[in-house]
Formats: sequence, structure tokens, C-alpha cells
Amino acid sequence: MSSLALNDEQRALRETVADFLAGHGNARKEADSDAGLWRSIAELGWAAVQVPEEFGGLGLGAVELALLMEEMGRSLARTPFFATVVLAQGALLHAAGEAARQRCLPALAEGTRSATLILGPGLDARAGSLTLHARRDGEGWRLEGESAQVLDGSSAELAYVAARVEGGDGVALFEVPADAAGLQRTALEVWDLTRPQAHWRFAGVSLDAAARLDVPGSAAAGLARAQALAMLQLAAEQVGGAAQCLALTTAYTAERVQFGRAVASFQAVKHRCAEMMVRIETARSVVRGVAARVAAASLDDAALAAEAAAARVLATEAYRYCAQEAIQLHGGVGFTWEYDPQMHFKRAQWASQWLGTPRLLREALAAQLLDAA
Amino acid sequence: MDESTFRKEVADWMAARLSGRFACLKHRGGPGDEEAWPALRKEWEQEMAAGGWVGLGWPQAHGGRDLPLALQLAFHEEYVRAGGPGRIGHIGETLLAPTLIALGTPELQRRFLPGIREGREYWAQGYSEPGAGSDLAAITTRCWQDEDGNWRLQGQKVWTSLAHESDWIFVLARSTPGSAGREGLSFLLVPLDQPGIEIHPIRQMTGEAEFNSVFFDGAVTDADCIVGKPGEGWKVAMALLGFERGVSTLGQQMHFSHELQLLIDAARANGAARDPVIRQRIADAWIGLRGLRDNGLRMLEEDTGSTTVRPEALIYKYAWSNWHRALGELAMDVIGVAGDVRAGEDAGSDALRRLQQVFFFSRADTIYAGTNEIQLNIIAERGLGMPRG
Ligand SMILES: Cc1cc2nc3c(=O)[nH]c(=O)nc-3n(C[C@H](O)[C@H](O)[C@H](O)COP(=O)(O)OP(=O)(O)OC[C@H]3O[C@@H](n4cnc5c(N)ncnc54)[C@H](O)[C@@H]3O)c2cc1C
Repeated sequence: MSSLALNDEQRALRETVADFLAGHGNARKEADSDAGLWRSIAELGWAAVQVPEEFGGLGLGAVELALLMEEMGRSLARTPFFATVVLAQGALLHAAGEAARQRCLPALAEGTRSATLILGPGLDARAGSLTLHARRDGEGWRLEGESAQVLDGSSAELAYVAARVEGGDGVALFEVPADAAGLQRTALEVWDLTRPQAHWRFAGVSLDAAARLDVPGSAAAGLARAQALAMLQLAAEQVGGAAQCLALTTAYTAERVQFGRAVASFQAVKHRCAEMMVRIETARSVVRGVAARVAAASLDDAALAAEAAAARVLATEAYRYCAQEAIQLHGGVGFTWEYDPQMHFKRAQWASQWLGTPRLLREALAAQLLDAA
Repeated sequence: MDESTFRKEVADWMAARLSGRFACLKHRGGPGDEEAWPALRKEWEQEMAAGGWVGLGWPQAHGGRDLPLALQLAFHEEYVRAGGPGRIGHIGETLLAPTLIALGTPELQRRFLPGIREGREYWAQGYSEPGAGSDLAAITTRCWQDEDGNWRLQGQKVWTSLAHESDWIFVLARSTPGSAGREGLSFLLVPLDQPGIEIHPIRQMTGEAEFNSVFFDGAVTDADCIVGKPGEGWKVAMALLGFERGVSTLGQQMHFSHELQLLIDAARANGAARDPVIRQRIADAWIGLRGLRDNGLRMLEEDTGSTTVRPEALIYKYAWSNWHRALGELAMDVIGVAGDVRAGEDAGSDALRRLQQVFFFSRADTIYAGTNEIQLNIIAERGLGMPRG
């Protein structure tokens, strides 16, 4: 039975992160402040939490990363953290060979470089949904195709790219510099301004042999595992966002007076806030539990996929519910640009569509539960 | 002792003992099925007691085994896995006993704990009254001391589960005349078999009569059958409710998991498992159960020394009762029209009977032990600091 209780270091980490982001959040600042925030985060060592010490990291695990992600979600910080740490590092850790990890991870752990991950649409790791193709080109490779929505697609310096290998060699993982010749990047105008995206076109991008990072034959399983772990971390971020929606709502309704009393004293309002809390804490318990079991290495691939899916479905539903209730319970100001609920509403919507939607995740679980022989 | 050895010990014991004349108790007597074999279930409790399986978490000084949480949990899980019957002694073992251990005098502990541990004495909970349900502090049942010091009681309790199968009842009653609310209440231990007490069954929507009205007309109990001091009853009553969320709730999750498995088997057998909407709902039920489990583990594992609000504990009752109610609805949607027909008592109808019980009895889950609405009030006020209405 792996413990769900946080130890003293983990509690301290959570507090440090929360304090820092409360003072340095950039969700409402101009984008030119983003680089500074990322530098500070790197200096604090947060980009290194899950990277083993042999690759220049702190050698902590899923529990610490989830605490960080929860606070990131609360603050809606616009940083390369999710794409670089959760996605790119995750792909390297689970789908790249030893030499590639040795070479690529230190810079990402230090936070001196930012990166992103390209899988199929919505970060779908299944081979059938990958949209890029790799062809042998002398000693090296040539990448073709498009990725319609790449997270941090304009700012990332590197991309880790899953492509289907032409000629039946399955899936491969490549490292592609964002300024590679033949790569066209077009920024997209997105609703959630804290999660920038760009369209990438690979019009014959040439890579040398060393750009292929996986051990042939193992990338697909590694990427599936990385995807499941990313689902868990996204769920942690969603929990943080949902908790912030509730905090905004209880604070606002405590101040707002109508009919001669604080709006927060009406039972109809209280019950909806309580319902928000039930959903948040349930999702938080599962995120905490799955993270603890990941850290204890007690889950095989099938169990990890199922448990991460549970965390994601609960967190997705909780965040959407809380964001929508936050707008409603703020009244007119909830519909304004000036108040924060709208930002969470947009983030919650974003998060509901990436790394597997609740409907797809439930169907995958149903298949496990109902269709086994 | 390591956990797997312990689990095997439990499993072996259950396999050996839940057989022969006890075999008919398998999977029986749970919520909604309390009328199944009550006399035999008491004998089963004595069998359990002789095997050393009662009071696992109690201190050794009180005849318990003081087992760590992980092993208590392992016991509950193996018990349910083996089809162990509903525990007819749970009110005594899991509610009153911990309260006596925490707040009772050594005399009370010596007098009452052995009867509970040995499966000889059964207890009922006398809180609710016709005028005091959610608003428990509105209690009007009176109690007073005669010249010889003995306590007398006058009034009515209602919805009293298993009173007709019990030997004793703990009663929250008003000892200070003219007092109101939480002040002036006392927590008394009262023998049920006496001329001053009448027990009338109340038929439930399931057709069974698990609960009762209990009338006190000058009922009597000994002077020292009081937990806490006169006037401190509210504090004791609330402490007892705190034990409702113990390890036993995690044992309950094994029941839930077994019910979900019955539902899945039913869906696979009748083709409902191919319906895309049913598939989504079954997945949701599984996800919800993970939520209960991790929430329960978090509740039991996080340090209890802290005085801060424990959100996971606050939400737990609301979460499990609503999950269970939804499971009942899903079960009936899976079963379809066949659900109209009351399942028989034969072994072949076991699964159908259990699923029907989930559907009907879970309507009570969101009412007893604090209704949904009261739970949400508590969450908003204690968990979120929102103002009282
Ligand atoms: C199967 C079963 C077994 C039970 N066993 C026992 C037992 O062994 N011992 C015992 O003492 N009791 C027992 N009870 C009683 C149980 O604790 C009460 O039914 C419960 O506390 C609710 O009280 P009530 O029935 O008077 O409902 P009421 O309090 O009258 O509630 C009626 C409705 O009003 C709502 N309501 C009430 N107050 C508020 C408020 N402030 N805000 C919003 N809504 C409100 C309630 O949520 C409910 O929906 C049992 C009940 C059941 C169903």
C-alpha cells in the first residue's frame, strides 16, 4: 500500500511553488515577460524534478511533479513547463535510448532549452494517428507531413517528434530543432492564450542519423507510457485550475451583497460550491494516489493506462464544472475579460480535448472491463 | 506479520468456517438484506469472535488486537472476497466500542466491551426522533435520575436500525429540563428488554423492516450507564459519529467493487455491454470507485494530528452514497425489464437479488448518517468557510 500522505519536503515544495507563482504569475502579462519567468523556474530547479540524477536532474518523481503541475494550473502560468517537462522530458525518459537520454535530458532539466512534443492530433500516441512520415535519406532521415496544432509551437526551441517510418519499421522518435530547414511554423490564434499553439509543416526536413532517438521497436510502447504519465500530470494541472475556480468563487460571493446579505450565505450558492469541492477533492485524491503508485513503480502498463484515465476523466469533468460554475456564480462580472473565470473556462476547455477526451478514455476503460475474454 | 501471510490466514479461516451450517450466509445480510438469518448471523459473530476477528483495531488492553491499518483493511477485503455476511454487530463494534474506549470510564469499558467483542451483546443507535432528524439537537426525549440515582427515560426514537435484534441501545436524551439545542443532553446506555420500552417495526420501501420506532415510557437504566458527564451528551454523540468513517468504510468499498463486478457480469451476459451509453456509464462507475478508494486511503493515511479541515474526510459520505445510488440505477438499466420481478431466494438469483438491493436500498444511503443536503451544508460551512444561512 503506497502512502498518499505528503512528506515534509513535498509539503515545503508545494508551498514554495505556490508562493512563487502567486507573485510571478504571467497569465495577464504581455508575452515578453514569459522568458524571464521560465528562467526563474529553471533557476529554482523545477524543470529537473523528474529527471534522474545521472542525467542532471533531481531524481524526484511523479508526486513532486504533480504538486508543481497543480500549482501551475492554479496560476495559469504561461510557461514552457508543460511542453518541455511533462511532454518532451516524458517522451525522452520513456521512449528514447540510453545515449539519447544522456545527450538530450540535461539541457531540458536545466531549463536552458525549451521543447515540445509532436504526436498525433491532440497528443494521441497511437501509431495510426501520427501524421508525420520518416523516410531513410542516405545515412539520415527525411521528415514529411503536417502537425496542425503544436503546443508552444512558436516558442519551443526543439521538438521531439513521433513519426511513422516508411517501409514498415513502425514508429520512431526524432529530435528536430525548431529552426531546421524545410520546417514552416505558423502561429495560431487560440482562445486559451496561456497555451499557445502553432501549425507546423515539415516540407522535407533533413535529419542526420543521430536525430533518431529511440531503440527501434520500442518507441510505440514507450510513447504510450509517456502519454499515460502526461495524462496524470495534466490531470494534476486541471485540479489546480478547478481549485482556483472554487477559491475565486467563495471569495467573490463572500464579498458580493444582494438582498441585504452576502451571496455566499444563500444555500443554493453554498451547495454548488460544496459540489465543486466534492469533485475537486475526489480528482485530487486519485491524482495523488496514481502519482504515489507511479512513484512506487507498482503499476504495469495496462494498470497505469487505466488509472491515468480515471484521473483524467475526474479532473476534466471537475475543471469544466468548476469553471462553468465560477462564471455563473460571479454573475455579470463572470462574463467579463477582466475577471479570471473566463481564463479558466478556456483552459478547462483546452484541457478537455488533449491527451484523450473523457468519452474516448471511458470507452478504453470499458473495453478493458467488458470485452476481455 | 506481513500482509500476504495475514491475508492467507483470513482467507483460509473464512473458507474453513463459512461452510456447513454457515454456508447459507454467504453474501447475505448486507444493507437491504438485514432480515436474512439474524439468529444464525449472531452465531456467526460468535464464531468470528472465537477466531479473534472482532476488535481488530482496538487496543490490546481492551481485548483487541491493535492491528495496523493495512492489516485491518486486508481483513475487510478478504472477508468480503470470501462472501462474509453483513456484520450484525457493527453498531457495537465500530461505533459504540471506539466511543467507550475514547470517552468511557474503565468500569463502562469492563462492563460492555467484552459483550461486544464476544458477539454476545448487540447495540442499536437511538439518536433520531420524529421531531429531530437532520436537526438532531431538537431532541425532546427526556431523561432524569431517580432518588437511587438510576436513569429514567421518556420519549420516542425512530428509524432505529436493528433495535428488534439488539440487547442495548445508546440514547441521546435531554437531561436538563428546559434546555435547548446541544446543551443539556446526556448519552445513556439502556437495556432494551424491559417493561418501559416498546419496539415497533417500520416497514421500509424494500418491504423489509430493518428499522423501528422505540418508545420509552419510564424506561430505566443504571446510574453509571452514562458516557461522559450529564449535559455532555452532544460531545459524545458527535465523537461517535466520527467513528463512522473508520476502516470499515474501506471494507464497504470491497462490497461496492463486488457489486460492480456483478453488474459487469450481468451486462456481458445479456448484451447490455455492447450498448455504447451503458459502456460509458460502466466506465464511469469504475472511475468513481477509484475515486472513493483513493479518497478513502488519503483520509486514513494523512496525519490525523492536524487540526486543519480534512477535505477528503468531509466529502467522503456524500461521495460514496451518491456513487452507490448511481450504481443502483445503472444496475437496473443493465437488467432491463427483468428487474421488475423480485429476485428469488435461490442461489441462482443471488446476483439479481443483490443488484436489486443496491438499487432500492441505496435510496437510504443519501438519507441516513446526514442527508445529501446536510452533507453539502457541512462541506460549504466547514470545508469552505461559507456563512451559515
Ligand atoms: C435506513 C435508515 C436507517 C436509519 N437508522 C438510524 C438509526 O439506527 N438510528 C438513528 O438514530 N437514526 C437512523 N436513521 C435516521 C436518519 O439519521 C435520519 O433519517 C436523517 O438524519 C434525516 O432525518 P429525517 O428523516 O428526519 O429527515 P428531515 O431532517 O426531515 O429531512 C427532510 C428533507 O429536508 C432536507 N433538509 C433538512 N434540513 C435541511 C437544511 N438545513 N438544509 C437543506 N435541506 C434540509 C433533508 O436533506 C431531507 O431531504 C436511519 C435512516 C434510514 C433511512
